Amino acid sequence: MFRYYLDLALRSLKRSKGLTALMILTIAFGVAASMTTWSVFRAVSGDPIPWKSSKLYVPQIDMWGPSARGTDTSAPNYGDPPDAIDYNDAVALMRDHRASLQSALYQVSPSVVPDRPGTHPINVNGHAVFSEFFPMVDVPFQYGSAWNAADDERRAEVAVISGNLNDKVFGGGNNVGKTLNIEGRDYRVVGVLGKWDPQLKFYDVVNTGGFTDQEDLFLPFNTAIAAAMPNNGNTNCNESPKQPGFVGLQQSSCVWIAYMAQLDDEAAAARFKDYLTGFARSRYSQWPANVRLRGLMSWLDYEHVVPSDTKVSLLVALGLLIVCLVNTAGLLLAKFLRRSGEIGVRRALGASRAAIYAQFLTEGGMIGFAGGVLGLLLTGLGVAAVGVVLPRQIASLARVDVSLLLTTMVVAVAASLLASLYPTFRASRVQPAWQLKSN
Amino acid sequence: MTLHPILAALRRHKAGVVLIALQIALTLAIVCNAIFIIGQRVQRIQRPTGMDENNLFMVTQLWVGAPTGDDRASIDKLDAMLRTDVATLRNLPDVESASTVNSLPLINSSWVNGVGLKPKQEHSTASAAFYFGDEQMLHTMGLQLVAGRAFTSADTQNRGFRDKDDPSIIIVTKALADKLFPKGDAVGKSVYLSDNTSPATIVGVVARLQVPSVQSWAKEFVWYSVLEPVRLDATFSRYLVRAKPGRLDAAMKSARAALFAANPMRVIDDSAEQNGIRTFADLRANAYKADRGMAILMSVICVILLAVTGAGIVGLTSFWVGQRHKQIGVRRALGARKIDILRYFQTENLLIAGGGAIGGIILAVGLNLWLIQRYEMDRMPVLYVLAGVAVVLALGQAAVFAPARRAANVPPVVATRTV
Repeated sequence: MFRYYLDLALRSLKRSKGLTALMILTIAFGVAASMTTWSVFRAVSGDPIPWKSSKLYVPQIDMWGPSARGTDTSAPNYGDPPDAIDYNDAVALMRDHRASLQSALYQVSPSVVPDRPGTHPINVNGHAVFSEFFPMVDVPFQYGSAWNAADDERRAEVAVISGNLNDKVFGGGNNVGKTLNIEGRDYRVVGVLGKWDPQLKFYDVVNTGGFTDQEDLFLPFNTAIAAAMPNNGNTNCNESPKQPGFVGLQQSSCVWIAYMAQLDDEAAAARFKDYLTGFARSRYSQWPANVRLRGLMSWLDYEHVVPSDTKVSLLVALGLLIVCLVNTAGLLLAKFLRRSGEIGVRRALGASRAAIYAQFLTEGGMIGFAGGVLGLLLTGLGVAAVGVVLPRQIASLARVDVSLLLTTMVVAVAASLLASLYPTFRASRVQPAWQLKSN
Repeated sequence: MTLHPILAALRRHKAGVVLIALQIALTLAIVCNAIFIIGQRVQRIQRPTGMDENNLFMVTQLWVGAPTGDDRASIDKLDAMLRTDVATLRNLPDVESASTVNSLPLINSSWVNGVGLKPKQEHSTASAAFYFGDEQMLHTMGLQLVAGRAFTSADTQNRGFRDKDDPSIIIVTKALADKLFPKGDAVGKSVYLSDNTSPATIVGVVARLQVPSVQSWAKEFVWYSVLEPVRLDATFSRYLVRAKPGRLDAAMKSARAALFAANPMRVIDDSAEQNGIRTFADLRANAYKADRGMAILMSVICVILLAVTGAGIVGLTSFWVGQRHKQIGVRRALGARKIDILRYFQTENLLIAGGGAIGGIILAVGLNLWLIQRYEMDRMPVLYVLAGVAVVLALGQAAVFAPARRAANVPPVVATRTV
């Protein structure tokens, strides 16, 4: 029976080519616009570490007190602690070591002098972290491994580098144990990262701004501090440091360090929050303890990592899809009702209402399918064109993959079925007797 | 012509009418918000920074193995390297002038501080972005001095990148001067930077200079900039260079070679995405890429939307014309002129589109309010809504014209035929 309906639908669609083409184009454009913006939205709002994000937390501590809050109490997030921490708090939190894994981290951007003759020094981006950073965010290693807690303690001059930097400096291969000249000092390479390039630097969105280029270098936090390797990210001060230089920054209440902790369940998170409150109370007794502990995903949301442009684009594109739906519904209504005579004959010959439903929904579905196929092509073009209109780091995230293709088809068919529901309902209500008489 | 027959006919096509009206309402709501977004972005992209942007390029570089700049001796050493670099750039034949800078408009690397009128003022009068550079900074940027004087070489000092900012003289933008001293007599007055106890004297006022950040957090002080005659000494540095007219490419090429010749122990990125030597035009395009993208995307969506809605009207009206073929023939046979038939369909469309537009106005304002609440959008002026109404009504008329003319061409003889 379905084949018969397909045949009927095909004939009907062929009969009014213009209208059919119009409906297919409408569905295709509506679906392509929504899917293109969806591909961008999906890319930037996705969970960067889905298997673990529920266990990762970012603490905030109010080290500045109420006087730093400004006068505008209606400001968003008024009264929230700063979104980074100062050096002394970072050191104290690390010393207390209350989470199962944790790391204070700051962004560095030193120069590396390649060993190979005839090359200029290069500038690399990376982070100074504690050894627990690597297991905490599940960093894969190609060669070697992370340094250990003892290396953190004794400020070992060791480094973990990306495969990219490994290629650039050493020409690839296993170079664990070799030395790397960073800012004029020799560091021993202990690990080379495998394929790991989270586009969203979820471990430090405050300093990286979220979407940045690949990071190539990880050094021990204490070693970087001892080497006076300055921070490359944001520095936010409530009052100017009393002493000059990087040492002055470390002694000040300026915030520039990110912190991440792994807490394995809700109870652990609650305990850590209590600890944090006690920590703030003992260190900043001049004002009531003011701390936050956000899970990774809510932290990313709090930091507005997803640009609001992305959300607005998606919304507007969905609006376009709705208009396309309404449009298709109107056209189908016209098309179906024009065939009232034919419906009357079928009904008079014994076709049930269900049969009419099946016939016309098949026709609607076919338009959806054709619109979907065309929509796939347009979505492909759209995603390719995203690079022209969006910043590189975000555009490179938008991809056409199987799930996007499937979603496009499903949305196209579902949308056109939805659009054909009312016209089909009207078609099924056609009174056979009245139609036969009027002819 | 009375409206009565039109309304009577519409009542027989309720579903079709409602669908078109709904479509027009949604189109109007989306189109005027999208056009509002486009307008805002275009305005943002086109605002001048206050600099003379032609022939400008920026060099960003990093010294390898340089002293950290944490003590006086190492700061002096860094400063010597900095002066050598600037001198190298100034000596190039294609270069008109060059200056050290810590940042530039649109590059999103900001030094922000509060400016107040009293020492230790609890909440500063204004936030401002600070630019540090030598005495050629104003000239190289091409700023327009509207009051007071520019910096001289005697004014220029140097300090470590992380040392306390405690200037004795500053130049401010007119916007900031007016905010601090509404009477317009800012030159010679003293201001205090956040927690400083010693005053800084305003020696000059420039017409306009945008802050480095184009992000929303800097929205409140986009035109509040302060210039200080200070070379900041750090392990990295930025230079702003003005090439002689028409010599930009040549100057950029020779700058890289000359800097490496002066001191090879440095990094000047040369990858396509992260080049250490970039024209200001390039920096500008980069800064507003997202805004441009948003404007393009909204335009594309508007065009699709209007095309879909127009085509929908054509389709549905064509169907109605076909359906009423015989009635049209009868009307023609009874003496209606072609123009009457044309007018009939045009009026019908105007009624439907008008109804849709009324709903659309409500939807448009609602959508705008919602966007304000959720996504920091600004309030849309009524003008946009009115323009949107005009657009959808015109679209309706344009779309209905072809089918209506076909209807007008139905010959009266149709009335005599049976189907």
